[in-house]
Amino acid sequence: MSDSTANGPVLAADGTPLKRSLSRAMRRQKMRAFMLVAPLLIFVLLTFIYPIGVMLSRSVQNDIVPETLPETVRVLGAWDASSGELPAEAVYAAFTRDMSVAIAAKRHTRLGSRLNYEKTGFSSMFRQSGRKMKKLDPVADAPFKDKLIKIHKGWGDVETWKTLQTYSGLYTSGYFLNAVDARMTPEGMAWQPEDKQILLKLFGRTLVMSLIITGSCILLGYPIAWLLANVSPRNANLLLILVLLPFWTSLLVRTSAWKVMLQQNGVINEVLVWIGLVPDGDRMILINNEFGTIVAMTHILLPFMILPMYSVMQTIPPVYLRAAKSMGATNWTAFWRVYFPQSIPGIGAGSILVFILSIGYYITPEIVGGTKGVFISNRIAYHISSSLNWGLAAALGTILLIVVLALYWAYDRIVGIDNVKLG
Amino acid sequence: MADTAKNDAFVEFERVQKSYDGVNLVVKDLNLSMPRGEFLTMLGPSGSGKTTCLMMLAGFETATHGDIRLGGTSINNIPPHKRGIGMVFQNYALFPHMTVAENLAFPLEVRKIGKSEREEKVMRALGMVQMQDFAGRRPSQLSGGQQQRIALSRALVFEPELVLMDEPLGALDKQLRETLQFEITNLAHELGITTVYVTHDQTEALTMSDRVAVFENGRIQQLAPPDKLYEEPENSFVAQFIGENNTLEGVIKEIKGGVALVRLDNGDLIDAKPINVTEAGQRTRVSIRPERVEMDKSRLSPDAHTLKAEVLEFIYMGDIFRTRLRVAGNDDFVIKTRNAPDQVRLQPGQMIDIGWLADDCRALDA
Repeated sequence: MSDSTANGPVLAADGTPLKRSLSRAMRRQKMRAFMLVAPLLIFVLLTFIYPIGVMLSRSVQNDIVPETLPETVRVLGAWDASSGELPAEAVYAAFTRDMSVAIAAKRHTRLGSRLNYEKTGFSSMFRQSGRKMKKLDPVADAPFKDKLIKIHKGWGDVETWKTLQTYSGLYTSGYFLNAVDARMTPEGMAWQPEDKQILLKLFGRTLVMSLIITGSCILLGYPIAWLLANVSPRNANLLLILVLLPFWTSLLVRTSAWKVMLQQNGVINEVLVWIGLVPDGDRMILINNEFGTIVAMTHILLPFMILPMYSVMQTIPPVYLRAAKSMGATNWTAFWRVYFPQSIPGIGAGSILVFILSIGYYITPEIVGGTKGVFISNRIAYHISSSLNWGLAAALGTILLIVVLALYWAYDRIVGIDNVKLG
Repeated sequence: MADTAKNDAFVEFERVQKSYDGVNLVVKDLNLSMPRGEFLTMLGPSGSGKTTCLMMLAGFETATHGDIRLGGTSINNIPPHKRGIGMVFQNYALFPHMTVAENLAFPLEVRKIGKSEREEKVMRALGMVQMQDFAGRRPSQLSGGQQQRIALSRALVFEPELVLMDEPLGALDKQLRETLQFEITNLAHELGITTVYVTHDQTEALTMSDRVAVFENGRIQQLAPPDKLYEEPENSFVAQFIGENNTLEGVIKEIKGGVALVRLDNGDLIDAKPINVTEAGQRTRVSIRPERVEMDKSRLSPDAHTLKAEVLEFIYMGDIFRTRLRVAGNDDFVIKTRNAPDQVRLQPGQMIDIGWLADDCRALDA
């Protein structure tokens, strides 16, 4: 029986519209549900979403330039960079005033290292000029143009002022361009010099190696998952413990163990030399390259592939295989046409998990990757902790995030995300 | 055991044994032969070995000992996919990732049958169960009954000579079960397929089969057509298992002229037909069907023995009356009478005399 009357919305017994009275009745339930998740929500917001947002926003932030040199930026805006002539005295005067404030607050070196990302030499230029400009009086010692050029000849270089003008905005796309081996010049976008183009290659390597790792996890994990799902529960438990055993060991220990296994004086090479398969003088290089990273990461990420596969396979009744065989299918046909298609959701779930984990993996490539086997995350870590170029690190991280989301979207389009089952 | 068609046997089990653990036999010395075109049901409680027998025939289990023959050749070493036996499973086992038509085409595809012939056969098989309109659906979009129809037509689509059904109607409701029972038997007879049907539902076994093999404890207790099974059970297990049954225990007093005189444990004497009792002094369990008990003395022979019975309960069931009595110390003695205009409705507490024709009462093993 339909509940809608011929005219108007359905009314509850007391005359209020049914929809409103229903939502009123549900409100309490909703409130309670919200209260239950609220502590975690707040925790996640404060400790995860917010810091990540701040970090990501650093990839476009450039306020250090306009904040440190507010007047210079304003005056420099009128300068025509393409004229090939140095800016007028007004710019130098403004710069001196800005610098005297910045030097007093000891902020000029930070600005120097910021601009050094865009053009090498800025850092030392600001540091040296800072020491000498301290003695200048921003009012009495005018004019400044020649004095500044005398302090550091960089100030007499048109390129210096061009760079300063290019990076005078509050926001910049410079970090993102840097992240893809390009840079912003006064003339527009340009590729980095050949010898500095490493990041795109690193992105490519990260993607390809993550795919290889995912692929080898599928190949190695599938039979184990099948076995887990098809042996008696007691044996399955035992096997499962073996699969999970690595989880109970420190990641660092496991990775270091691979180092022991794979190095040139390691277990594998020693054994091969001992059998005589490999000459002593020509031991195989198994570590500090792509191979080492792939082997170690496949091993470490394997449980993340096996578990979702296993949980999906558990739900496939063995009777399907019997049915297929009773209809004349060989073991292989029965598996390939009947069992395998039904296990794809598990492979999908495992692959997404392993791929996303490996694309952002850090510790293992750091330890066993050498120079050829490192991932983009190692570069991000370098910029966070060594070069302190957080803007670039943030841009790299943002790109990584976007790539993962894009792949996720592609997977959804091709396979369908509702085909992913974790249990 | 009534093995009739030994010569033109199509399916044969010869001295087949099966053990899973090397200690217990699940199937003990099974001998069975089926002629072509027969509908045979394996009936028995769970754990009686009937499904194991079916799986051995299908090739999913190997016999520990003995020979299974199909059309005269031993199939012990033939893998399941080469046996060409159609099979219907309890939970349908329709492949969820394929449409109905793809499911049906599967056995034809693996037999490398061409596309046009395949489509024709699929439609014909769907036609047999009136499901042509569902060819493009997924199994999950069908009801249980529809799924089972598809499973049935999938088992028939490659025209096997032998079809095995493992409790195919177990998951369906009563009404649907009855409709499908009828459809399956009709189809099997129309197509002349030999069918082995496994069930634990005795009504299903009785209504569908040409012959029923009653399994218990790894052995066939009786192999007979449904009417013989019901009316002439060969041992107390079959008598108990098939239909409703009243049992009284006692000792054989004498066997004379094809009639056994039995002294019940409370001292009363009754007449029975000796089935697997041979001499006086043997303990026996006599079995009598509720509808064969007579309350009207005029229908019994004049010298027949009767028993005193106290009415404990009278249940009106519409078409029949079911009356529970206390007879010779047995509180669960049931009689069924037809709801006819002149039928008496007994009152609890009433004492009546009951008796039966000696032929209807069978003296079986204790």
